[in-house]
Amino acid sequence: MTGADLYIVLLAMIGGAIRVSTPFMFVALGECLTEKSGRINLGHEGNLVLGAMVAYAVSFMTGSPWLGVLAAGGAGLVLGAMHGWICALPRVNDIAVGIAFMSFGTGLAFFFGKSFIQPSAPGLEAIGLGDWTGNSAIAQALQVNPLFLVGIALAVFLSWALANTRWGLILRMTGDSAASARAMGVNIDLVRLLATAVGGLLAGIGGAFLSLYYPGSWNEGLSSGQGLMAVALVIFARWDPIRCVWAALLFGAAGALGPSLQSIGISQGYYFFNAAPYILTLFIMIASARSKSAASDAPGELSIVK
Amino acid sequence: MNALSPTTLRAPSLQTEGMTKIFGPLVALDDVSIDIKAGSFHALLGENGAGKSTLVKCIMGFYHADKGKLRLDGAEVAVASPRDARAHGIGMVYQQFTLVPCLTAAENLVISRADAPAVIDWKREMPKLQAFMERMPFRVPLDRRVASLSAGEKQKLEILKLLYLEQRFLILDEPTSVLTPGEADEVLGLLGDMARRGDVTVLMISHKFREVKAFCDSFTVLRRGQLTGSGDAQIATVAEMSAMMIGDTPIRERSARSARHEDRTVLELNALYADDAEGRPAIHAVDLKVKAGEIVGIAGVSGNGQSALVEVLSGQRPLKDGRLFINGKPFEPTRKDFDRFKVFGLPEEPLKNAAVPRMSVAENIAFRSYDKPPISSLGWWLSPGPLRRKGEDLIDRYKVKTASPDSPIESLSGGNVQRAILARELSGEVDVLIVANPCFGLDFASVAEIRTQIMEQRNRGAAVLLVSEDLDEVLELSDRVAVMSGGSITYVAPIGETDRNTIGKHMAGH
Ligand SMILES: Nc1ncnc2c1ncn2[C@@H]1O[C@H](COP(=O)(O)OP(=O)(O)OP(=O)(O)O)[C@@H](O)[C@H]1O
Ligand SMILES: [Mg+2]
Repeated sequence: MTGADLYIVLLAMIGGAIRVSTPFMFVALGECLTEKSGRINLGHEGNLVLGAMVAYAVSFMTGSPWLGVLAAGGAGLVLGAMHGWICALPRVNDIAVGIAFMSFGTGLAFFFGKSFIQPSAPGLEAIGLGDWTGNSAIAQALQVNPLFLVGIALAVFLSWALANTRWGLILRMTGDSAASARAMGVNIDLVRLLATAVGGLLAGIGGAFLSLYYPGSWNEGLSSGQGLMAVALVIFARWDPIRCVWAALLFGAAGALGPSLQSIGISQGYYFFNAAPYILTLFIMIASARSKSAASDAPGELSIVK
Repeated sequence: MNALSPTTLRAPSLQTEGMTKIFGPLVALDDVSIDIKAGSFHALLGENGAGKSTLVKCIMGFYHADKGKLRLDGAEVAVASPRDARAHGIGMVYQQFTLVPCLTAAENLVISRADAPAVIDWKREMPKLQAFMERMPFRVPLDRRVASLSAGEKQKLEILKLLYLEQRFLILDEPTSVLTPGEADEVLGLLGDMARRGDVTVLMISHKFREVKAFCDSFTVLRRGQLTGSGDAQIATVAEMSAMMIGDTPIRERSARSARHEDRTVLELNALYADDAEGRPAIHAVDLKVKAGEIVGIAGVSGNGQSALVEVLSGQRPLKDGRLFINGKPFEPTRKDFDRFKVFGLPEEPLKNAAVPRMSVAENIAFRSYDKPPISSLGWWLSPGPLRRKGEDLIDRYKVKTASPDSPIESLSGGNVQRAILARELSGEVDVLIVANPCFGLDFASVAEIRTQIMEQRNRGAAVLLVSEDLDEVLELSDRVAVMSGGSITYVAPIGETDRNTIGKHMAGH
């Protein structure tokens, strides 16, 4: 491999990271918010796929992709709120409900999405952050979708809000010690319902990105488990929104490894490199299960750490 | 903030009238009327399970009393929830902590305020919090996470939180059980000064007569849910107060220490090393031998590795290096070896470490014997009849106060959980006994009872390892004293060749 090749691979990976990371980022931020409240929502894969379908359908029917994004968020919000509400019932396990919602969300999307597979809906426009360089490779890599920027802004906001607002502290309190929150008169179920609902909204928006920007169309094989991988990503990011962004970029870059190697003519092990995000997930799970600091950062009420 | 309104700025008086609380078949409070004067430091005394915590939880609105009224400054008030209590300026430090571990001390204080701002401007709040801390005679680092504070610091922060919220009627449920005697005197002394100035009224549940005599001015005694006496804490004698607590039940005579016959080493700890949850060394090269018929007491300030040591011995914490022997044979802390070598134990916080909170008292008592006849046959069949009978028998013999053998063990009062576990552990033949803070939070009659049981096991020839933060307990029971400091045993001496001062110096790390 020559220096120029390496440059191309790196540029492609940066471009890939920016392009592929957005859905990871939104789902991970949503999951982070949910888990901070002491609940885990494994159903975000369902939110993602349903969000993708709804966004595509609404964009197709109204001609406005941004309306599609809003509708996707709304669909995610409803799914999340349902999850939150069911989990508040006595003796209900959030993990089991999450798995049910994963199937429910995808099933719903496939059912209503059948008729939207063919037509093409208007997608989201990218902002060319690298256009001024006049270098087409850089310009290509730095095609940034507005949602990517929204995701980063959101992460910064969340991280600020968790430390500097009453809501943030109440959320962390509920997630870490339900008994203290109850003693303080906090309605735990309500806090968790709201956190799960907003988390679902973010995951739905992540889905809109899939169908309206990259890959940019609606079909049943659109998501390849990003919704589930985001759960691993939150553990890796140790429940910190900013670290969620870095982790999402890492996953995105790993996903771009296969295609970018192919672009310089290395096609050996293409499938292996395409599997990079999954292999990464596996290693992250193993490493974080052994990590002692992950254990001390985890919200105390989370059913997986209790 | 509500508590800043002028009417609540001074210490209020508080009365209950005919408080009654019934849990199923048990009358936990029976028509209790107490009277606490404004600006007093009032002690609430009683045996384990007498209903002290129940009474204060009714005052706090945590439980809804079945009958009874509450008066604050003479006017009747309705308190339906802890939030109402707070609005009336009544605050409580519970027996277990209510701070949020992942938040810092400062965050815990700010969020506890009813008027916590939606957006917290830390640049403005921090100086205010620091100014508040400056006014307080004891301090806690504001920017540390509560999870990393010591038990004593957490308890101080709990009390600081009530003062920060400007609450004027403070209820403390055994506030000093997690503090060293020095810290306890400091905290209670300050609260006493505030009460005398008329800033606060304090109601304190305590089992320690020393504290009651030193800091309280009045007291009330409960016994089996009923009021059995009240008066001036400075005039009444300890004997009078204890008579009100236990009625005419005789206190168990302490067993005398009998002379030892054998000189055989039973339990041997050989160069033990173990890490804490964060991977830092918790115990370091611990060597110790315990002979048959001997009590070795390990003294030390809490957090110097004692709990890690007990966890290693009970199999709750992996050993990094080192070996354990019993009667010269290698011992692994597993259920099989516990049975084979007749090793029994009472860890600290038994509800957490030695019981399944939601299972019944009878089931919890059967944990050592459910897989042996007569409860079990063919190795797998459990007969509920014998299990229950065994439970009832032990509940009776060890005077565990419970509504029924089928009640969940978590509904028992703190002292009775301890007794139930002790009943389970001491009812068989014991060769090695490992006990950690066995009398934590117990009333004096139970303390006498439990120490007697431990001494009897020793007299019968068991090797006893006693880990305790209560130096008096170590001095009373031990044949040999060891001191643990910084994760190692730094000092060992026979009881006859040492004294409180020497031990104290080694505890402080000299
Ligand atoms: N939620 C509950 N359900 C059933 N029984 C209860 C409940 N809470 C307390 N009890 C019972 O009421 C009685 C009084 O308990 P309480 O906790 O008030 O005792 P206490 O005086 O505080 O004792 P200690 O000194 O051990 O803390 C005990 O017999 C206990 O088992
Ligand atoms: Mg109590």
